[in-house]
Amino acid sequence: MSSSFTDRLLGRVRLGGVLALAAPVLAVVFAGVVTSIILLLNGNQPFQTLGLLLDFSATPSIQVLILNTATTYYISALAVAIGFRMNLFNIGVDGQYRLAVLVAAAVGGAVTLPGPLHVGVIMLVAVLVGGLWASIAAVLKTARGVSEVISTIMLNAIATGFGAWLLTPGRLAVLNGNNVGTKPIGPSGHFPGIALVSGTQAKVFGMIIVAAVLGVAYHVVLNRTRFGFDLRATGRSETAAVASGINVKKMVLYTMILSGAVAGLVGLPQLLGASYSYSLDFPAGLGFTGIAIALMGRNNPIGIAVGALLWSFLDNSNDILDFNGIPKEIVIIMQGTIVLSVIIAYELVHRYRAVAEQRRVSRQLSTAAPTEPQGAAV
Amino acid sequence: MTVTGLSAKAPAAPPAARRLTLNWQVALLGVLALLVMMSLARVVTGANDITSGGTIGAAIGLAVPIGLAALGGLWSERSGVVNIGLEGMMILGTWCGAWGALTFGTPWAGVIAGTIGGALGGLLHAVATVTFGVDHIISGVAITLLGQGVTQYLSKLVFVGMKGGGETQSPRIPPIETVSVPGIGTPLRDLANTHVFLLSDLAGVLYGVTQNVSLFVILAILLVPLSFYLLWRTAFGLRLRSCGESPVAAESLGVNVYLYKYLAVVVSGALAGLGGAFLSIVAAGIYREGQTGGRGFIGLAAMIFGNWRPGGLAGGALLFGYTDALQLRQGGTSVHALLLVVAMLLAAFAVYQLVRQQRGRAALFTGIFAVLVFAVFATTDTVPEQFTSFTPHLTTLLVLSLASQRLRMPATDGLPYRKGQAT
Repeated sequence: MSSSFTDRLLGRVRLGGVLALAAPVLAVVFAGVVTSIILLLNGNQPFQTLGLLLDFSATPSIQVLILNTATTYYISALAVAIGFRMNLFNIGVDGQYRLAVLVAAAVGGAVTLPGPLHVGVIMLVAVLVGGLWASIAAVLKTARGVSEVISTIMLNAIATGFGAWLLTPGRLAVLNGNNVGTKPIGPSGHFPGIALVSGTQAKVFGMIIVAAVLGVAYHVVLNRTRFGFDLRATGRSETAAVASGINVKKMVLYTMILSGAVAGLVGLPQLLGASYSYSLDFPAGLGFTGIAIALMGRNNPIGIAVGALLWSFLDNSNDILDFNGIPKEIVIIMQGTIVLSVIIAYELVHRYRAVAEQRRVSRQLSTAAPTEPQGAAV
Repeated sequence: MTVTGLSAKAPAAPPAARRLTLNWQVALLGVLALLVMMSLARVVTGANDITSGGTIGAAIGLAVPIGLAALGGLWSERSGVVNIGLEGMMILGTWCGAWGALTFGTPWAGVIAGTIGGALGGLLHAVATVTFGVDHIISGVAITLLGQGVTQYLSKLVFVGMKGGGETQSPRIPPIETVSVPGIGTPLRDLANTHVFLLSDLAGVLYGVTQNVSLFVILAILLVPLSFYLLWRTAFGLRLRSCGESPVAAESLGVNVYLYKYLAVVVSGALAGLGGAFLSIVAAGIYREGQTGGRGFIGLAAMIFGNWRPGGLAGGALLFGYTDALQLRQGGTSVHALLLVVAMLLAAFAVYQLVRQQRGRAALFTGIFAVLVFAVFATTDTVPEQFTSFTPHLTTLLVLSLASQRLRMPATDGLPYRKGQAT
């Protein structure tokens, strides 16, 4: 039995027992070795560097920061993963969430509603805008055959320009001192935080619950519903999907829009939990982080959570390195290496398992039928 | 005599929708027609920058990095490896180019260093995709991430200590020599400044093409015919392309598919690196973080637009380079004038569809689109500057959505291949 690389990569072939753990361990060890070599070349001690990172991340305020950032990363990676499960590369999560959070912030600032309703309206607007923006790429793919990789990258640039146009006073923005931003959302539209970590005033974003719910929903929809089955089937083999009566074009449309709708939520933990208004300094580039984390977590909701936490840990604890004379950009190299080595490690472990399986079968055959003439099995 | 059904039927078959065959006369006519349209738009709107020598010069300069990236994509994809890591290899090229030029004191050392930097990125992509069979798009995305990280890290180590350098940028880089065709510069510029219909536009274009052209630009332009020659006129090229069309067949004929794929992807990275080096050494004269601005991806789009052919991708690169240059020079007015050109082009295309191809419905759609664009042109005075910033990207999207159905990519582009998989 053979399986394609994508099947293995997207976690559709399960590795059993010890081997399931071997791949991530191998990847982290390899990334560690590469990073250590780079550090040693510049005269820094790898273990001391890691120690600095770990020590710094033990402070309560940094822990809250790690959880908060991981929440955002998690939603972003889920949005990307929905497309990945169908071999649909939504590189456009970045543009989708930025446009969505901008419009949602403007709507949230313009209306005043009772608590949960206010939050609900903001979320609904974000989901709609994200889905709508993604639908452009979806329609271009289904109607004109334009590769979604290229179109979403171009739509990211267009979203940047369009967002800048919307974010001028007189359109969606107001002037707050020197800063141009949307009108701040009133207290009824805030998502209350949770005091999860003791020893600090900072609260964990309440949206972490929404992120967890999304993770469960992702698992259920993909693995327990007809839609999820169609989606995975289309990803595995388009011809087989067509033969079994799945409308592939419709699936592309729905999946892309769903991915964009989830992408619309990416900016909300920050918006509803900390900034309450969208301005030019709102975090950008979260969509690309999401791609890396989805790859690292192999599109598995638990794997993505681990990846998001690891990524967030590296991003938030690296400030300490600069104080100790180590360029903190080493962290970016570490992240890139981890992604690449996770992918390669899974491939290697899988090949090892395939070879081991062949050996086992051939051993069984040779002991079971010793009288068989040589070459008959070939 | 008995007549077979076949011969009786054959002449009755209706002629298929006629397709325009592209030879040099048609191409020349097309360029001339485009120039007339642009000249018309310039006279109507007064946006003199759309055919000025400065814009054309800038367009060529902006087309070069996109074209080099596209050429890199061509090499790689012709061997069957999708290279979306071009962006990352370009980033490596910008940094290495600046570093080489500063370390050795001559820009040409930077050109070589940038090429090597890009080639290393290509090598990594080849190891991941050819040896380990990793999905090409995923490896490319990872390499782009890695390219950003490595250059940021290295900038901090190398450029921070230098005078005029910092965490995100390098000191100024020694420039590359430029050449001009002597004797015609001043008369051409004077003629262009008179703003006569068509004549001035021709002069402006000629001025942009012949004056103050960087030697690097000439090198880059020469790489297009060179690539064509190597890939389509030599046994080496035939073997390389056969790896992209049918690696199994190539293998059965004794071609070392892995070796050819490796070579192609490394060359691809080198070309992208060269494009990056151009950005830092010639276009900006300085390395700046985020300098590539997605040009690797636009290059990939230019290659797709050019139907995986060198001539086509050069045309695509020029188109994107031109729209990029336009938005930098009086962006609002120029892009607004461009709308008129687009409306005219669409109208011409609609007529072509109706008369030559007899596709009434398609012509109607194109016609409606042309009227819409014209309506936008007529009801506005200028395009907001935020919109002009994404002109090249929007052009990419529109061109792809209009063109992409007729394109044919290499048959096994992007598919994993393992030695001996046919048996």
